[in-house]
Amino acid sequence: MSAVIQDLVNRPYEAGFVTPIEADVAPRGLSEETIRLISAKKREPDWLLEFRLQAYRHWLTMSEPKWPNVHYPPIDFQDIIYYAAPKPKKLKSMDEVDPELMRTFEKLGVPMNERAALAGVAVDVIFDSVSVATTYKQKLAEVGIIFCSISEAVASHPELVRKYLGSVVPPADNYYAALNSAVFTDGSFCFIPKGVKCPMDLSTYFRINTQDSGQFERTLIVAEEGAAVSYLEGCTAPKFDTNQLHAAVVELVALDHADIKYSTVQNWYAGDENGVGGIFNFVTKRGLCKGASSKISWTQVETGSAITWKYPSCVLLGDNSIGEFYSVALTNHRQQADTGTKMIHLGNNTRSRIISKGISAGHSNNSYRGLVKIGAKADNARNYSQCDSMLIGSRCGANTFPYIQVRNRSAQVEHEATTSKIGEDQLFYFASRGVGAEEAVSMIINGFCKDVFQQLPMEFAVEATKLLGLKLEGSVG
Amino acid sequence: MIRAGAPVLLDVRELEASIGDKPILKGVSLEVRAGEVHAIMGPNGSGKSTLAKLLSGHPAYSVTRGSVAYRGSDLLGLSPEARAQAGLFLGFQYPVEIPGVSNAQFLRLAYNSVQAARGAEELDPLEFDDLVREKLALVDMDPSFLERNVNEGFSGGEKKRNEILQMALLEPVLALLDETDSGLDIDALRVVAGGVNSLAGADNAIVLVTHYQRLLNYIEPDYVHVMEGGQIIKTGDKALALELEARGYDWVRAEFDAARAAA
Repeated sequence: MSAVIQDLVNRPYEAGFVTPIEADVAPRGLSEETIRLISAKKREPDWLLEFRLQAYRHWLTMSEPKWPNVHYPPIDFQDIIYYAAPKPKKLKSMDEVDPELMRTFEKLGVPMNERAALAGVAVDVIFDSVSVATTYKQKLAEVGIIFCSISEAVASHPELVRKYLGSVVPPADNYYAALNSAVFTDGSFCFIPKGVKCPMDLSTYFRINTQDSGQFERTLIVAEEGAAVSYLEGCTAPKFDTNQLHAAVVELVALDHADIKYSTVQNWYAGDENGVGGIFNFVTKRGLCKGASSKISWTQVETGSAITWKYPSCVLLGDNSIGEFYSVALTNHRQQADTGTKMIHLGNNTRSRIISKGISAGHSNNSYRGLVKIGAKADNARNYSQCDSMLIGSRCGANTFPYIQVRNRSAQVEHEATTSKIGEDQLFYFASRGVGAEEAVSMIINGFCKDVFQQLPMEFAVEATKLLGLKLEGSVG
Repeated sequence: MIRAGAPVLLDVRELEASIGDKPILKGVSLEVRAGEVHAIMGPNGSGKSTLAKLLSGHPAYSVTRGSVAYRGSDLLGLSPEARAQAGLFLGFQYPVEIPGVSNAQFLRLAYNSVQAARGAEELDPLEFDDLVREKLALVDMDPSFLERNVNEGFSGGEKKRNEILQMALLEPVLALLDETDSGLDIDALRVVAGGVNSLAGADNAIVLVTHYQRLLNYIEPDYVHVMEGGQIIKTGDKALALELEARGYDWVRAEFDAARAAA
């Protein structure tokens, strides 16, 4: 039956194709000149160029983090293309979008056109670093919501971008955040004004297209007092042999009583079964619960990338604020993931909840790393963490690294962890009741991930369930 | 119940099998007809559990010689799930824990898989709930078992009752019960045996694999086979089980060896 599990996990990546669109490409390598070129291409104001240059100069003094439990050959930052954009065109409607591009989206199943309308999803499509089309902008604008590419926001709402950019993840925060701050090319900006509940889920699909073009997305979401938004991020990338670096930064700001829910389903190319190729996903995601009684909730389903290094975090500054992290991280073949969260409690009566489910198959290695920190002035802070690992087969690894730092006596911190294994015995048990391996694995995985899937918006939950099934095909047996 | 002319459900001929390079079964022949209850007894390591698991399609064993026909067609070419769908059932000696999956979900998936293969109606969760509650009574199980993860944290007796509950739901044509009595106290044994008896009928058959005669006080076998060294070395009726209880297994072996020497 091992062979069955093998086949199940070893399905080729279905989104592996390259769209031949002429790209406006910067020369390889990183220097102040490259940064000036990017800034000029994007017609940015001086303050933003200065922001980039400062980040770059700081980055030069930093070194790559070595503490994650992942291993990869050194990255040549001079061998990366930092800017690639589709030829600029003025688009008045979706009809004007390059048909080739539309076919790409169709292959990926991106719900644009009527599908977007039916699903009630506004899609701000990022294609190789420049926004190509934005739907629903009008409808959102009616209630005062700004949802556009960050480049557009820099042009149309510079005061907002300037106020919040780097306020949660400062340019010098870490190596990859500094790199991103220096060279980010595009991303999404979302602003929900005071008292507005966003009438639909906002969604962005990312796709890495030009070979070797590092993607440095920058996302900034601000929810003012009493505002609420649910944001969906879904990813996929074509198949390449050379590793692609992706170092995004996502910043969330929630003011008093604001509520931000950020959901991700990530399915980037993970490399082949020998670990050749695949995306390096070194991402900094952080939310600031700045106001009292604000709430930030991260939900992620991580199934792709050769290496994942990612800790969506919450800084609970406002009193009574709430941070949540729900995660499913699946690794197969030679994938490596070091992912988790940080919950930093600074305000009184702050609460956080961490539910992490790691699934390892093949020769992969899956680590949960999480920090719960209770500051000295955070009275009555509470945290509950649950970290469960599931092993499929006997050649994979799972690790849990919980860090708990409590500086206030009134804190209540709970941590639970379990490890289980799907092996031949479980599958034979299912089989002896008439149930084949694929269905059995799917049922076990869905049961295991239930607490996280429940947090996803409905259509995302369905996608996530299918994705995990696909990813694990052939892995059990 | 032995009936002349009842259809043959299982026909095992000269079966030899090994795990890795190690031979376990060394020429087993066994015929089971509809309506019959067979008991396979024998000391530890005699191959009786192997036989049950192999017939169910456990991947650890490979057949090196012989044949098995189930209702007249080859069984060994079928996947384990296809065997179950065709009406074969294995009651596990050590039922497996399935983390994260509720018993109710598991039972319904199993039930519907077998129903679908038979071209019978599949049940939605509500309909299934009615059915399963009816069957729970048969093994004296509390409905709260349905919400717990499959076999997780179950006592030995609860696991075995859960096996019989599955048998009751799947209504197998041929049930192979592997040491269903092991680890049971006398009350649990009575409940489990009662469940098995209520499922025995003229159209199906039961093969009990057991160490001890005590289960046979509750489930009366038509045939008792003694297995040793990977072979069935003696077959008798229920009196044989009592004799084994009184005299042990050595005399059977001696008799078998003597007969072979004479031949």
